[in-house]
Amino acid sequence: MMPASMIFQMLIPEFILGLGGMALLIFGVLSKSNKFTACTTGAVILLIATACFVIATPATILFGGLFQTSDFTRYADLLILLGAAMALILSVDYNKREDIDRFEYPVLVLFATLGMLVMVSAGDLMTLYLGLELQSLALYICAALARDELRSTEAGLKYFVLGALASGLLVYGISLVYGFGGTTNFAALAHELNRGPAGYGTVIGIVFVLVGLAFKLSAAPFHMWTPDVYEGAPTPVTALFGTAPKVAAIALLMSVMLGPFGHLLGQWQMLIEILAVVSMLLGSLAAIGQTNIKRLMAYSSIGHMGYALIGLAAGTEAGVQATLVYIAIYVVMSFGSFACIIAMRRGGRQVETIADLAGLSTHNPGYALALAVLMWSMAGIPPLSGFFGKLYVFSAAINAGLTPLAIIGVLTSVIGAFYYLRVVKVMYFDAGNPNFDKTAGGVRFVMAVGAIATALLVFIPGPLISAAHAAARALMG
Amino acid sequence: MNALGFPILSLITFLPLAGAVIIATLSGAEPAVARNARWIALWTSLIVLALGIFLWISFDPAQAGFQFVEDHAWFTGVAVQYHLGVDGISLLLILLTVFLTPIAILSSWPVTLRVKEFMIAFLLLETMTVGMFAALDFVLFYIFFEAVLLPMYLIIGVWGGPKRIFAAVKFFLFTLAGSVLMLLALVWMWRNAGTTDIPTLLHTPIPPKIQIWLFVAFLASFGVKAAVWPLHTWLPDAYGEAPLPGTIMLAAVLSKMGAYGFLRFTVPMLPQASAAAEPLMFTLGVVAVIYVSLVALAQTDMKRLIAYSSVAHMGIIIIGIFTFTVEGIEGALFQMLSHGIVIAGLFICSGILLARGEPLLLSRLGGLAARMPAYAALLMLFALASMGLPGTSGFVGEILVIVGAMRVNFWVSLLGATGMVLGAAYMLVMLRAVLFDKIARPELGKLQDLRPTEWAMLVPLAVMVMWLGIYPSSFTHIFDAPVTAMVQSHVAALAQPMALAMVTK
Repeated sequence: MMPASMIFQMLIPEFILGLGGMALLIFGVLSKSNKFTACTTGAVILLIATACFVIATPATILFGGLFQTSDFTRYADLLILLGAAMALILSVDYNKREDIDRFEYPVLVLFATLGMLVMVSAGDLMTLYLGLELQSLALYICAALARDELRSTEAGLKYFVLGALASGLLVYGISLVYGFGGTTNFAALAHELNRGPAGYGTVIGIVFVLVGLAFKLSAAPFHMWTPDVYEGAPTPVTALFGTAPKVAAIALLMSVMLGPFGHLLGQWQMLIEILAVVSMLLGSLAAIGQTNIKRLMAYSSIGHMGYALIGLAAGTEAGVQATLVYIAIYVVMSFGSFACIIAMRRGGRQVETIADLAGLSTHNPGYALALAVLMWSMAGIPPLSGFFGKLYVFSAAINAGLTPLAIIGVLTSVIGAFYYLRVVKVMYFDAGNPNFDKTAGGVRFVMAVGAIATALLVFIPGPLISAAHAAARALMG
Repeated sequence: MNALGFPILSLITFLPLAGAVIIATLSGAEPAVARNARWIALWTSLIVLALGIFLWISFDPAQAGFQFVEDHAWFTGVAVQYHLGVDGISLLLILLTVFLTPIAILSSWPVTLRVKEFMIAFLLLETMTVGMFAALDFVLFYIFFEAVLLPMYLIIGVWGGPKRIFAAVKFFLFTLAGSVLMLLALVWMWRNAGTTDIPTLLHTPIPPKIQIWLFVAFLASFGVKAAVWPLHTWLPDAYGEAPLPGTIMLAAVLSKMGAYGFLRFTVPMLPQASAAAEPLMFTLGVVAVIYVSLVALAQTDMKRLIAYSSVAHMGIIIIGIFTFTVEGIEGALFQMLSHGIVIAGLFICSGILLARGEPLLLSRLGGLAARMPAYAALLMLFALASMGLPGTSGFVGEILVIVGAMRVNFWVSLLGATGMVLGAAYMLVMLRAVLFDKIARPELGKLQDLRPTEWAMLVPLAVMVMWLGIYPSSFTHIFDAPVTAMVQSHVAALAQPMALAMVTK
């Protein structure tokens, strides 16, 4: 048994987020004036501090296996913190201009982030559920942040109702697994399921758990909420949805499927393949008809989740590494693109159609180049980072004998290239004057970080690849 | 590390990128930025040219293998290396690229719209092209091969003619669809050999049944780039709409990327499939030569006529490659060089008229020989070289291809030679319409002869045309060794299954 002081030391990142969030909440409530900016700054600092402690905390298992940290959780935690911090930076200027600058927002983001960290580190189905619910509840409120606006409240409500349904499915699945496996602990479940062929009850339970998590991941066919929520939620909230929760969900999916259920690869592999294929097809085909750039990003994220799932479907260490590389590249491209979308303001109002970008390259070359780089990268055109993500997942799939999956992935990425290319075409070739308002410094910063990291990964891929490799090895043992 | 002690290939590849970065940091008044951007781009490309000449001098033509090799770990876990190196074949294509880039940059002097961005795109294009020819890792090759699309798409789409958007999108989607099929072939070969190292892949046998599929994938990708008939339909649009420097690079260098792909990948890696596809490729080549020459004869626009002549010459190159004889392949390579230089000269000549505000409709031109004698002489030289007149560069390549084809198939050789006659026909039609007919409109009588920049562009090209024509062995001896080795290994690979069959019997 570990002494309490040691346990505390291991949990410093979670304590910082939880206690820091509460402190900010009290500070916000007790202040006479609106402390949105101060709270957001504080939240970003807390996220950075958490990241430092995440790096410093050694790998461990706490509370009899309820909670675990490793190179794998560290990799996912850092990506989550990065995504959350970038989304907060994007919100500062936007929320003020849209008059939704409430101090509760950064606090909610901190709690959601705490939930994601718990999800990633879960070593038991109970911790998994607790983390997931903490994250989801905080995010439901974030989606409805602009409560006086019809679209935002609709998005929040839709997300809540469908999210509650998914949580129900997940809990039902967990109860089945517990009933047939006799335990909720990951390690004990793995031991139990390794002893012989799994019963129908366990398999049905696993399917329910998978469906619940696929919903959070917005993998098709459980994606229905995504386009509406992406479109309706305030753009910085959409930026948050598009980054941190995706990392948490896919990390959780990997640690559950390859941890306790790893021995049943043969039983669930086909399901993940179907999810991947349907997501890739839907992501590329449904995006073609979109005129709203936020909806476009929603379908694009569904497609990207399909590619990320290919690595999981492979079920190998190389596959896990590929998915981790893919998701990291995706997070960076994603917050960069949302920064570009937030910068689309004309006459004090947000504009959202692709046609609004016409002529951007003449009037704002740097901005246009950043968005062009991000769009090309999402399309998977080398030498930009998105290509390497796809290369890793396809190579993992082929080495695991899943050639058809790789072929479908290649074909859907050509179809996808068409609509990403259309954004570039509108910016560079169409005449027009976007006449956008001056972009805030924070938004420009996030835009630049996203675009530069995307363009330059090709020169220094080493650190990312080796971190993902260490993480994959930690997960697969 | 290589014999020189410093990574010269990386330097040649990435120096233009450095130039692009410097140009990107320029700021200030529009005219000053434009002037500085032009000069920085020109000087960067000239330094790269000097480095290229140094590379040529240091190259040892007696070796058939790769030289100046650089090999570094890059993407760990998937075993992708940063691996560069050149043999005689890629060296010549790199030289062609670095020679033509400064000329193309000079030809962009009249561009006034967003000069800074134009020069950045252009230097990026040079980086991608040189990198592609020097890459010795399939993934690295693929990256450069695809990345060429990005600057070219913008060059056509932003600075092109009236139908530029259509041309740019058509160009992009055609090429992308082709190269994605190559990506699948790449991934399959990767799994087969366990590596993407090109020198290793060259010696990894592939079952003949699979070779057919890989061949189709490569044909789709390289065929589109090389504008092999019937995959050439993007070409007249792209050539016609691209701005002059873009057209030069497209016609002179980018089309060679496809032919290079056939030589580097298809022929040595897929020997059985290539041999089996020989009749198909001959047919495509012959159709290109004859049918497209006839199409060229029917053109009314000077630029489009030259564009179709380019497709016809690519047909000759394809025939040469698929004869699998030393003469044929050397002829194809020589024709690649010669065609690159000649087509650049022809497009610049058409651009000169465009820069004087003249339309390029053949019916509205005429009688320029009297008014612009120097221009007429140079245009005549390039046109004669394009027809393959002895003493010019075009002759050597075509005669070698025809001799090579003669050893394999008389009819292909005969029909290919017919193409030369048709080539003479459309070029002479063009010369008559532009230079000798009566002056169609009085304005033509006031045209000025060549300006200093135009001399600077055309004279080096004319010198190269003569040099290649009069003393071809100063170039052929560079690729003698690799081509001989390629033909030998091709013959050996075809003989192997038979030998095996005899053993098993």
